[in-house]
Amino acid sequence: MSLVLDNLKKSYREPGGGKIPVLNVARFELKTAEQVALIGSSGGGKTTLLNVIAGITTPDSGRVVIDNIDVTGLNEPSRDRFRAMKIGFVFQTFNLLPAFTALENVLLGMCFAGKGTDSHRATDLLTRVGLGHRLQHRPPQLSVGEQQRVAVARALANHPSLLLADEPTASVDVANQNTILDLIRDACKENNVSLLLVTHAPDVAARFGRIEKLSDFNRP
Amino acid sequence: MNLVTIALKSIKQRFLSSSLTALSVSLGVMLMVAVLVINGVVTDLFSQQSFGFNLVVGPKGSDLSLALSAIYRLERSGEPLPYLYYKELQQHPAVEKAVPITIGDLTEQGGFPIVGTNAEFFEMDYSYKKPFRVRGSFLKTPWDAVIGSRVAATNGWDIGSEFKLTHGGVKDHVHEEKFRVVGVLAPTGTPNDRTAFVSIAGFWGISEHEKPLQEAINRLEKFRYTVPQSLRDQAEKEKQPKKPDAHGHNHADHAELLDEQKEVTAVFLRTKGETGFAAIRLAGEINEDVRAMAINPVPVMNRLMSLIVDNIKLMLLVLTSLIIAVSAVSIFVSIYNSMADRRREIGIMRALGARRETVFTIILAESALLCLGGGAIGLLLGHGMVAVASPIIESRSGILINPLAFEPTELILFPVLLVVGSLIGFLPGLAAYRTDVAAALSE
Repeated sequence: MSLVLDNLKKSYREPGGGKIPVLNVARFELKTAEQVALIGSSGGGKTTLLNVIAGITTPDSGRVVIDNIDVTGLNEPSRDRFRAMKIGFVFQTFNLLPAFTALENVLLGMCFAGKGTDSHRATDLLTRVGLGHRLQHRPPQLSVGEQQRVAVARALANHPSLLLADEPTASVDVANQNTILDLIRDACKENNVSLLLVTHAPDVAARFGRIEKLSDFNRP
Repeated sequence: MNLVTIALKSIKQRFLSSSLTALSVSLGVMLMVAVLVINGVVTDLFSQQSFGFNLVVGPKGSDLSLALSAIYRLERSGEPLPYLYYKELQQHPAVEKAVPITIGDLTEQGGFPIVGTNAEFFEMDYSYKKPFRVRGSFLKTPWDAVIGSRVAATNGWDIGSEFKLTHGGVKDHVHEEKFRVVGVLAPTGTPNDRTAFVSIAGFWGISEHEKPLQEAINRLEKFRYTVPQSLRDQAEKEKQPKKPDAHGHNHADHAELLDEQKEVTAVFLRTKGETGFAAIRLAGEINEDVRAMAINPVPVMNRLMSLIVDNIKLMLLVLTSLIIAVSAVSIFVSIYNSMADRRREIGIMRALGARRETVFTIILAESALLCLGGGAIGLLLGHGMVAVASPIIESRSGILINPLAFEPTELILFPVLLVVGSLIGFLPGLAAYRTDVAAALSE
């Protein structure tokens, strides 16, 4: 099993002192190399869920188990290291660093994993997403679609076992949506990576074999 | 790719603001380096702890003034001493060597100080166990000259060159007599490098250096010497009007001066024995007398250093430290202000797996790089500034400054800048450390 969420609860503190419950997931599982589309309405806790899975946000209670490792039991530095090595992240707004070239953005992901950087692999990944000719271009010099491809290449840089994609096609034009989606799905399939893709677009979700509605298993 | 590369990228991204902050550090370091180099040269010059002589004897007055004029040739000399007094010192049982000097004139070209002396001057080491080395020969005949290395380099003079003197440094008042260079001294790093030594016999032979006899008689009487009647008669004759030549000079004759007419500015004495007690005793003996004064230049110059030079250095270093502090604050403000814009950037790095310590280190490295880069540029600018200023300083003060002179204190600058950079980066680094990743990503 690649990902297990067990009795996961998360709430945010209100300015007045009260609490707003956001997550209450009794059980959720994702098998190795499985690809799941997660649908949810805006403000439904999708991003919080991804942040909790990635170890960016700590849950109030419950467990997140990835590759049989209880991520919630790790201290913060270990969680950071685990995230760098085991989890790939694709964001809606790509989150590339504008001062770095496409190649450097991919290398940056490797740098934080502490394994050293591998320019050959980074080049290979960018070539596979169709950007072999744009290695030295910085994000502002790339189109929106190209930027998201760089983000995909970066997410795969450290051989993750789980890829979390937060509305990866929401910021790209319709023509690029399918390309990006195919790219992510193919890359995960090729590399045996489990994929949890959050979207609010039914047509995007429709391309997945397994579609989950957040409201079905999240009852805050 | 490593953390330093990431920090450099970040600096490059904010090139204008980074350049300006680094420039402010550069300016501070530039001033500090210039102060250190110039101070180092001045300290080396005035802190010479050993000379080839124990005592300098000159007219009664300020000991500092005597040292500055006789040794450093930075000040005009006071009233001269009669040559007979020099002869008296030479005969003193405690004296091993007595060397007379006359100063006051300058070379016509370049305005370097002239020292009239004899060949014995060069038999004394110019510093501890450092004898003079010369290309050519030392002074032999009355119109011989030996020049310091800087005089040779600046004026383009070499053995065989001839030059004239200006009287008392007055530009339009050039002596007719010419001296011929017979030797060029190897560099000594002392005021001797910018001095032209001429034979004292020739110096006395310059027509206008002969004082009116009556003046010489008055000085001899002041020094309690018996004045021969023949000299008084000659002085009376001299008072009769004479026809001046075309230049207004009174070239009555160029016959050798009488010893009673000769004067010296100062006398360098080396006493017998190794311990220096003889020098102390002799100095006491000379100073008890009302006629002249003997000084050991080392404590005199040390006093100058501690009273004036050290305090000026301290003041300048405090000022330049303040400039660097202001630069440090500007770097702090620049980096701290940029933190708001960089929260997302930091959030992305953290989402990619960067630890809190890692982003903290990146900010610290950025600040340290700005300080060190600015410091390195400042170091070059500082030496450049000294290079530009050294001819001006030399022409105004006579102090030679080598722009490439390296002060060991400069080495301390870089660890200090590293510490300053780290301190500056600490608070912005802490802000990066505390960044809430989820909140930063949602911005």
